[in-house]
Amino acid sequence: MLTILFVITLNFFLFRVLPGDPARAGVRDPRLTKEAVEAIRVRYGLDKPVINCFQSLNPVEFGDCFINPLDTQFIIYVGNLLQGELGISYHTNRPVADMLMEMLWNTLLLIGLGQILAIVLGMSLGVLAAWKARTAVDHGALLFSLTAWSLPTFWLGIILLFIGSSYWGLPIGGRLTPGTVYNTSIERWLDIGNHLILPTLTYTIVFLGEYMLIMRSTLLDVLSEDYILTAKAKGISTFQILKDHALRNAMLPMVTIIALNLGFTVTGAIQIETVFSWPGLGGAIFTAVNRRDYPMLQGAFLLIAISVIFANLVADLFYSYLDPRVEDS
Amino acid sequence: MSPSPPPIRSFWRTFRRNRMGMVGAVMLILAVLMAVFAPVLAPYNPYQPTRVTIDDIYAPPSPEHPFGTDDAGKDVLSSFIYGARVSLIVGFFASFISIFIGGVIGISAGFYGGKLENGLMRFTDIMLVIPDFPLIVLLVALTKPNLLNIILVIGLLGWTSSARLVRSQTLSVKQRKFVLRARAIGAGNFHIIRRHIFPLVLPLIVVNTVLVISLAVLNESALSFLGLSDPTKISWGQMLNFAFTRGAMSAGAWWALVAPGLGIVWLVLSCTLLGQGLEQVLNPRLETHHLSVGSKMVARMMGIKETPAIGD
Repeated sequence: MLTILFVITLNFFLFRVLPGDPARAGVRDPRLTKEAVEAIRVRYGLDKPVINCFQSLNPVEFGDCFINPLDTQFIIYVGNLLQGELGISYHTNRPVADMLMEMLWNTLLLIGLGQILAIVLGMSLGVLAAWKARTAVDHGALLFSLTAWSLPTFWLGIILLFIGSSYWGLPIGGRLTPGTVYNTSIERWLDIGNHLILPTLTYTIVFLGEYMLIMRSTLLDVLSEDYILTAKAKGISTFQILKDHALRNAMLPMVTIIALNLGFTVTGAIQIETVFSWPGLGGAIFTAVNRRDYPMLQGAFLLIAISVIFANLVADLFYSYLDPRVEDS
Repeated sequence: MSPSPPPIRSFWRTFRRNRMGMVGAVMLILAVLMAVFAPVLAPYNPYQPTRVTIDDIYAPPSPEHPFGTDDAGKDVLSSFIYGARVSLIVGFFASFISIFIGGVIGISAGFYGGKLENGLMRFTDIMLVIPDFPLIVLLVALTKPNLLNIILVIGLLGWTSSARLVRSQTLSVKQRKFVLRARAIGAGNFHIIRRHIFPLVLPLIVVNTVLVISLAVLNESALSFLGLSDPTKISWGQMLNFAFTRGAMSAGAWWALVAPGLGIVWLVLSCTLLGQGLEQVLNPRLETHHLSVGSKMVARMMGIKETPAIGD
């Protein structure tokens, strides 16, 4: 709760302190008269004082301290937020909340698919590496994962795009092939699927290394515990030990990391969506930065921050559920 | 956790036998040498304007231009060699800033405890939750993208994981007998931190620095790729941005895309390997090596495990 409050406050003030007049940036037209710019400022509520005592923060202009706090930009912003109102985009003049929702689904589709594949493949590879620890298989898997971890996301995307579009005939970007008429929704989904292959592959490879490394190291940790030795002494086969004793315990940190990673997938999303012109949240953030579309950026940040906080909460709950030794606080 | 830091010579003896660490160190040294001796190594000076004909644009590799030419008809190899400088400068300086802030916060939180610790760790937790890359993009875009701003932004946002790691190490060192003894004979706080805590936290800080460098390099290249690079400096991310946005794909000019990317992978991989090797040497009791997975991960894992303890 404290974190959310902090994020909202930071979110608001950051955009007031940073340079770049939102009204001017929103309508980049040097022919606009002073009056027209002023009218736009009034329309977006930018003529009101930022908060009590401060008329504006960039440049810092002190103002009246004894005004009605309800008439300041900050309180209006918080009030609107409480009503689920994220403002109007400076660029498209559409409500930010609607735009974000559209993009959120596209991003979730990409992130979801990529994460599931990365988790399944990464964990399997991690188990294999830990099982065959200190053999050629382990070293190979380790090298592969460390390299995957070191790959810049956008570069991997470019290379795959290059290979995929020239040799495998895959589309070069976007979500749908422009100008196509779809007779059934299945055809439409097939087209989307076709466009999804390369971004998903990029996503999977980037996160796979991370999951593999974590799975391997936690599993090795668990395998050095006493109860594994006991199981070995009882003559249980390696496969059985892995399946019944080790994996269960090694899952704990995995689950935490998967949940926590969800928020950080945005970093990957920004890069991948830019490379593949995928109409998602990450790409939108980047476009909004270039257009100084402050309401859009604020909305996107808030959405991301809250989903990360939520993921943290879920991870906390899940962790104490999986490992009863961790007490609830 | 680890005994007092081994003297340089015995450290070197163990480290030499660590294959991963050695490979990483050699890779990193090669990259640094390339950056330092760029004017000697590069066949052309990429900062010098040249006369370009239409045939020079995206020319495939040839004896004259071993890595081909880019969208402006410039030699890719030369730009590649010079580009290492930006990555290394940003990587080193940004991570020094991060480690300094993280170290100060971590040690003071761990050592002094109480309200200070509570406040600092609350703040760290909040900063840890905020996804840093979108914030980095925003801050660099709105404050003009030059080298100093990029370093500052990446550095000022990258300290959270280090703070957590350093704090937990400080906590465990604080309980050691010699610290209690030093306190008993009346040593001051600052003296204890300087003489007893810091030397034992240092190995962790060194390992962490190397890994934070790799994160900073990745962040810098991604920023440059998004077009947020210092326009007066050639960097690998910027080369990729130009190639990607100026038709290298449709021209089939793979040479303009491959070299800078491999440079980034090389540098990041060298730091990862070196970090892993250093950790194995400096902290031999650790059976598995968590840090190398990515310091951010560890911090988040520890955050979960520790939350019940520091919560109110």
